[in-house]
Amino acid sequence: MDPVSMTASLGPGLLGPEVETSLRARGFTLGHFPQSFEHSTLGGWIATRAGGHFATNYTHIDDFVESLRVVTPTGVVETRRLPGSGAGPSPDRLFLGSEGTLGITTEVTVRLMRTPEAVRTLLAGFRSTDDAGAAVSSIIAAGILPAAIEMMDALTIQAAEQAVGAGFPTDADAALIVELDGSLAECNACFDDVVAICERNGATSIRIAEDDVERALIWRTRKAAFAAMGRLAPNYFVQDGVIPRTKLPEVLARIGALADEYGMRVANVFHAGDGNLHPLVLYDGEAQAERAEELSGKIVEACVDAGGSITGEHGVGVDKKRYMPSMFDEAALAAFQHLRCAFDPRGLANPGKVMPTPRLCGEVPGPYRQHPLERDGIAERF
Amino acid sequence: MRSQAPETAQEAAALLQDCAADAVGVRIAGAGTKPWGSPGGECGVELRTAALDAVVEHNRGDFTAIVQPGVSLRELEERFADSGQMLALDPPLGEGDAATLGGAVAAGDSGPLRHRYGAARDLVLGITVALSDGSLAHAGGKVIKNVAGYDLAKLYSGSFGTLGLICEIAVRLHPVAPARATALGTTDDPGVLQRAAVALATSSLEAQALDVRWEAQRGAILARFAGIAAAAQAEAAERLLAQLGVQVSVTQDDDALWAHQRAAQRSVDGGAIVRVSGRPTGLADACIAAQIAGATLVGRAALGLWWVGLPATAPGELVTSIARLRKVLAPSPCVVLDAPSYVRAHLDPWDHVEDPAVVLMRRVKQRFDPTRTCNPGIFVGGI
Repeated sequence: MDPVSMTASLGPGLLGPEVETSLRARGFTLGHFPQSFEHSTLGGWIATRAGGHFATNYTHIDDFVESLRVVTPTGVVETRRLPGSGAGPSPDRLFLGSEGTLGITTEVTVRLMRTPEAVRTLLAGFRSTDDAGAAVSSIIAAGILPAAIEMMDALTIQAAEQAVGAGFPTDADAALIVELDGSLAECNACFDDVVAICERNGATSIRIAEDDVERALIWRTRKAAFAAMGRLAPNYFVQDGVIPRTKLPEVLARIGALADEYGMRVANVFHAGDGNLHPLVLYDGEAQAERAEELSGKIVEACVDAGGSITGEHGVGVDKKRYMPSMFDEAALAAFQHLRCAFDPRGLANPGKVMPTPRLCGEVPGPYRQHPLERDGIAERF
Repeated sequence: MRSQAPETAQEAAALLQDCAADAVGVRIAGAGTKPWGSPGGECGVELRTAALDAVVEHNRGDFTAIVQPGVSLRELEERFADSGQMLALDPPLGEGDAATLGGAVAAGDSGPLRHRYGAARDLVLGITVALSDGSLAHAGGKVIKNVAGYDLAKLYSGSFGTLGLICEIAVRLHPVAPARATALGTTDDPGVLQRAAVALATSSLEAQALDVRWEAQRGAILARFAGIAAAAQAEAAERLLAQLGVQVSVTQDDDALWAHQRAAQRSVDGGAIVRVSGRPTGLADACIAAQIAGATLVGRAALGLWWVGLPATAPGELVTSIARLRKVLAPSPCVVLDAPSYVRAHLDPWDHVEDPAVVLMRRVKQRFDPTRTCNPGIFVGGI
């Protein structure tokens, strides 16, 4: 760790809490808190180009990665550990979000931030997701960049409140959690504006976290949302789509119409500041699974139609590669393949992920070949 | 060299394809304000982006825009300012303020705002590129968050047109702050300047830009704050700097100060500009090295990114000065940006070391432009 240049070199296998604990002791933070913070690793954040809760301001993993050491199938690449990179594109940027298809990260140098001087959090209830969405737009239009703006709809509020009992407004049709951080003066001034904006946009209740305990309680409720769905239905699919923020009312209406058409319930939780939706399609048992998955797929299509993306933070992997052609035409997919082949001409790294159809790089034509790890029974394809 | 200015992305792609088929090299240029890089191989065609000059979309509510590469940064600034928004990319605008968005992205150029908002690559959400095989590939999107597919925008940012032509760029915009203020500190001791720069960079104050300058044996540190509480933050920075023995004042009328910083990243009199990527803790040494060379230095205090401006002298002397600077500042990469063509021909502007990253870039070039049609040889390591 270099506290003067504010950088630290870390192993990719560190879990979120391990990263933060080691930095906080010296007054620093990485400032990256994805939903899966407790269970996910630094290397995983890089491979998936993670965003997450506090993703409105900086806090995408991109903002923190200074340089990487990556073992690619064609050799070790180490980008220079300098805060501002020198000439040309930095290959390390390409590893962000590459889902293990370009190589394996073995060391990460991150840029650190000071623990913010102040953090202020509020919870506001609204009569409709439209009102809440209008409040979000007004906050952004006012030039305020919150650390987080999260929206929950009625179903989600009810389920999460049943699970945690934090006093969320169960009579509201939408709730917003807005958090600001930064210097004390700036944070307080903007926070007053946020309160006024919520009131102007018809907030039915506003609760301001008085201390860290109350703040943690609000976040615990938000984080409980996914797990709490078990109170509403035995099964659910999590979807991850992105839309331009201004299309929120239109897309939510379309999701509602789709849910009606399928006779299923869809709960919505989202990172409202950046238009990243997590519709949860609720269903009951294997018999409904196929239909639920189909509905979930329709929701992704709605996101793409609105000018958005098939994934904001969960990645493409295997599950979503079939949607890739809805966003990218043949020329784009070919360009992706150029890149992939430059790093991994033999297709050794995470074969079968990201790209919608299996392709070869031209250098090693031929059918499926067993990977040495598969042969030795160390790994399997799934 | 035949000059062409295609009016559509399709035309541009077809032109590249034709040139590739005829084994004619294409020199890609925006407004031509940044004639950087190695001299490169022979080109029969100059492709200018002058006619690709439309703002395709400005989505005010989403703080995004889609822009063709030939639009000037000056025009974008005026256009977005009407909505209280900005593209947080402020490199010097070059001769006639003509620098284009495409040129700034392709050259990876940046200005003081990089401190808070990152480099060009961090502001680009999506990109459409024309390749020398005639295809038009679109990657990324126009939403803030998106992890579908490889992020080609990161690859094309700073690739100096060697992988193809950038035909369209989706960018993220930011709000223009309601107020701003700059704390300006001065000292004639490079060590004090470095301590002041590090103290501000590691404090919890959130500057929009944090710059340093060394000129005529005198150093300056500039911290600009933007937001509702800009003045209060600038005063806090003033107190912090005063404790370190820096003479300091606060001003809200700071445009000229920052224009001066940006301007010093370019040479207008036949001298040379060397961009140094170091560490914030190497600032004092870099200032001393600049002083010995009779040069000025400006740059980003927290990022360790400095532009050293060497005055015009006999070309041979410039080559020697640059070589000496590189030796003193090694292993920090020292890339020569502006320089007379004699200098460019007599040293490697890229200061390149054949490391695995360069080997990898060569393979990327081979895949994206196997015919070496696009800006052949101007980039690092002869790419």
